Amino acid sequence: MSDPVQLLIGTRKGAWIFRGDGGRRDWAIEGPKHLGQIVSHFVSDPRGGGTMLMAAATGHLGPTILRSTDAGASWAEAAQPPAFPKAEDPATARAVDHTFWIEPGHASEPGVWWAGSSPPGLFLSEDDGVSWRGVEGFNAHPMYPNWVPAGAGTPDGPLLNQIAIDPRDADHMYIATSTGGVFETRDRASSWGPLNKGVEANFLPDPYPEYGQDAHFIAIPPTMPDRLYQQNHCGIYRLDRPADTWERIGRAMPPEIGDIGFTIVTHPRDADTAWVFPMDGTDVWPRTSPGGRPAVYRTSDAGESWRRQDRGFPAEQAWFTVKRQAFCADAGTPLGLYLGTTGGELWMSDDEGEAWRCIGAHLPEIYSVVAAPLA
Amino acid sequence: MIRVSIPSQLQSYCAGASRVEATGATVDQVLRDLDRRFPGIRFRVVDEQDRIRRHMRIFVGSEAATELTAPLEAGDEVLLFGALSGG
Repeated sequence: MSDPVQLLIGTRKGAWIFRGDGGRRDWAIEGPKHLGQIVSHFVSDPRGGGTMLMAAATGHLGPTILRSTDAGASWAEAAQPPAFPKAEDPATARAVDHTFWIEPGHASEPGVWWAGSSPPGLFLSEDDGVSWRGVEGFNAHPMYPNWVPAGAGTPDGPLLNQIAIDPRDADHMYIATSTGGVFETRDRASSWGPLNKGVEANFLPDPYPEYGQDAHFIAIPPTMPDRLYQQNHCGIYRLDRPADTWERIGRAMPPEIGDIGFTIVTHPRDADTAWVFPMDGTDVWPRTSPGGRPAVYRTSDAGESWRRQDRGFPAEQAWFTVKRQAFCADAGTPLGLYLGTTGGELWMSDDEGEAWRCIGAHLPEIYSVVAAPLA
Repeated sequence: MIRVSIPSQLQSYCAGASRVEATGATVDQVLRDLDRRFPGIRFRVVDEQDRIRRHMRIFVGSEAATELTAPLEAGDEVLLFGALSGG
């Protein structure tokens, strides 16, 4: 038995909670919550505070943060959602289109939350998500126009798509962006520098620039915080600090599969183990399961080799895409893995990826899946 | 007093009301008055640069208001709409 898990599901049309039993066999579905809201990320506080936050917008209305302190039973809007300062020059005026990522602060900082937005902006709340302010160390950095060049973007707009905090040091953080790659701070977001050596950007004239990469997802294994994994627009990488040059561990993936994807999940107890969900990045970039045969690939040796895990997934004609926030692990033994698809299906494995089963279907396009202890 | 028509997307802020009254000599002042009474409503219509959001429409009577400075007179009606958008 594992501790009961709840899955927080953010979709293009609202949010749901799947509450599991200790065996991870039966799941009770609660929702929809905020039907019609575009929920980019739906998270809970791993520090035991009980707060849930949801990054929401709609097709019409501006963005906001929704907040619950009673396990999702009731919700209130943030009093001051993330927003850029009023600009004097309309030509440089930025407005948050949507918050894309919400990150609980360091374990030593209860009530602190960070958020990343589109267009790329970093925001901080120090009152448990009620009010947010911009982090000028990044948002007003002199290099911002270079790190976020005009016209850069994704189909969802240019993104500050992830924030990761060193579990040993609240001042040491990384962010991932779609416009400049990975950036690092060692002074709690006051100053930033690019961290992209060795990472390809095959869509730029210089394919190995100092910045300009599209970092889809980074992961810090909690048992080895000097290690970073990255699923990039241009491959899978690993970096073991203090080195500063990424190694393309995706070169060991089968050539017919490639190493393109949106996300990467690490094992909470084994820093050499990680999973990816490859997608087709050839030709016109379908971004679907290669060959219509979904699979995760697991490494158990830090990327030296990869092994296909597809038992339970359709053997053919299944064109899954799994987005950045939509693949995660719980803390159980054996580890449970969960992924949500753009087709609105929720899949899980309770044996570290060996076998998969569909535990939810017919949901809207899934943007985020977060596994959390069931309070 | 200005009459304000509230679209379905914003009625949760106004206890379900589709019509409310507000005070102000411009569209901006009316939205700020609404925000005092229904916190958060303005930011979902107007961004932090005081631009009307791309998928929202504001009319004063039958005239489209493209700027928040659009003047109002007592008895005017302000109509907020969610534009045709999305799927």
